[in-house]
Amino acid sequence: MGFADTKTARVDGWNRPPVIEADGEGELLEVAMGPHHPSTHGVFRMDVVLDGERVIKLKPVFGYLHRNHEKIAEKASYLASMPYTDRLDYFCSLSNNWAYALSVEKLVGQGVPERAEYLRVILAELTRVQNHASTIGFLLQEMGASGTPLMYAFREREKILDLFEGLTGSRMMCNYMRFGGCRVDPSAAWLDQTRKVVAGLPGFADEFERFLTENEILMARTQGIGVLRPDLAVNAGVTGPMLRGSGVNYDIRKVDHYGIYDRFKFRVPLGDHGDIFDRYMVRVLEIRESIGILEQALKEIPGGPVMDPKAKIRNFRPKAGEAYGRIEAPKGELGFYLISDGGPNPYRYRVRPPSLINLTVLEDMCLGSNVADVVLIFGSVDIVLGEVDR
Amino acid sequence: MKTVEEIKAAIEAAVPGAGVTIVPDPSPSGQHSLLVAHELAVKVAEFLRDDTELALDFLSNVTGVDWLDKEISEKVKVARPVTKTVDGVEQTVEETVEETRKRVVPGCLETVYHLYSMAKKHGPVVLRMRTANRTDQVEMPSLTPVWRSAEFQEREVFDLYGIVFKGHPDLRRILMWDEFKDHPMRRDYVEPDDYEYEPTAHDEVLARAKAHKETGNRDQGTGITG
Repeated sequence: MGFADTKTARVDGWNRPPVIEADGEGELLEVAMGPHHPSTHGVFRMDVVLDGERVIKLKPVFGYLHRNHEKIAEKASYLASMPYTDRLDYFCSLSNNWAYALSVEKLVGQGVPERAEYLRVILAELTRVQNHASTIGFLLQEMGASGTPLMYAFREREKILDLFEGLTGSRMMCNYMRFGGCRVDPSAAWLDQTRKVVAGLPGFADEFERFLTENEILMARTQGIGVLRPDLAVNAGVTGPMLRGSGVNYDIRKVDHYGIYDRFKFRVPLGDHGDIFDRYMVRVLEIRESIGILEQALKEIPGGPVMDPKAKIRNFRPKAGEAYGRIEAPKGELGFYLISDGGPNPYRYRVRPPSLINLTVLEDMCLGSNVADVVLIFGSVDIVLGEVDR
Repeated sequence: MKTVEEIKAAIEAAVPGAGVTIVPDPSPSGQHSLLVAHELAVKVAEFLRDDTELALDFLSNVTGVDWLDKEISEKVKVARPVTKTVDGVEQTVEETVEETRKRVVPGCLETVYHLYSMAKKHGPVVLRMRTANRTDQVEMPSLTPVWRSAEFQEREVFDLYGIVFKGHPDLRRILMWDEFKDHPMRRDYVEPDDYEYEPTAHDEVLARAKAHKETGNRDQGTGITG
């Protein structure tokens, strides 16, 4: 793999976006795409300089949804930030919960009971399935397939959100994990219902792929567009399906062995070309691998408590120290960095947002392509503004 | 994966005079970090990235921490002459007395870098850099030329903490708007009374109207002349 070859001489500025010259015919046009643009998934702005239809400069502008989540968390107790993590990436609240719980557990050296570990894996993988399905739906929507693929994805997402609601009481703002386990024990009926939904997922993936993967329009619009080199992807800290779409084998579930992922058999899908199509394909294949993990986890899930009975809940004051914990969230590496000074609030609370950092290379991918492709390239990054701006 | 001590030794062998100190982490996570001096920080970063054994090609997380000036009061034993009357004769005797002394540890701004290796699949290695103080010497070398992923994250640290990164290609505010004055993530940041307040052209009119209301002179309230 080329990216690991550190001996190759690097030209100065190799990791900077290239300078594209205008062809000199006609005037340049400066356009602010966003913050209220249907393709920007929320309030995000790209300041684009256009030479005709070609993009020669692109600067992302953030902060429209900034609410200083980190400052608020530093003024609240550790547990009080848990519901707030739901609002970061509101498509994947359970992954956010897990990342935060994992970091705090690292900080205090807290273990998690077996059943809770299984539940965490089940919920995180259900989250991944619905997130990837909706991402693909949005991508197709931006390609002009107005609504229909998205509705197919949302039909399945609805079933998964119903499961979340049945377990946690909320469809999107789940607030389910705790330091040392999970909040409520699922009933046998809930597990049966989950098994039923999971049994239906392979059919959904097949149907989705039958309509999309070999679709001529999709191939024409995505293949060879928005190519991301693997060495740049690594250097720019890109993670998640975007990184693996560029062919870099790095999945934190496999690397960090967090939770109980070592017990499950699953593969890490990789792309070859690093274009939009590869990112699409990696997501589809990850849905299939997640279904595999879900089937294994639902078969093996043991009984027992969902919360460590020795876990400290009231008067929770970790000893002074720091910890950085991270998980493979559907959008990439989601990390929480905590510093404790022994008080009831974290001294420093930092979210490592995959959505923001994956946008570092947006300009590199978009330069030289057409405006219509910028929309697709941006859609293939898969961001949620609640996490970008925090 | 090498221990922090081994990494420190490797850095010092490769970059002489790098000035690396280990900052131990007492928590169960045991993520000890390396405090790097400013002068050769970029060289150290390039070594960490390009060394075949460490190969820390992936900079995951960049963040700032604000350490306020800390006042420490400690008890010190001091010898002090005391006048005493012993057997009717006044004498000066040396006695050890406990005294509480206060000492101020100056605060600083700090950036923390979490490094991983995608090629070797290990990590994290934690780098730290500290500024001299919190007020006027808040500069620090940027590691963006080494790892591109620092680009937005260092901008965020600049925005929210006010650390100025030397050598950053595009150091602007990222989350707050350009006209914003303070750095909200600092510990001593004072929140404004009105978050929505912005000076507008209408302010003059409001001030004039208020003055008229106080004087009761309503004829000139329109402000239209000529």
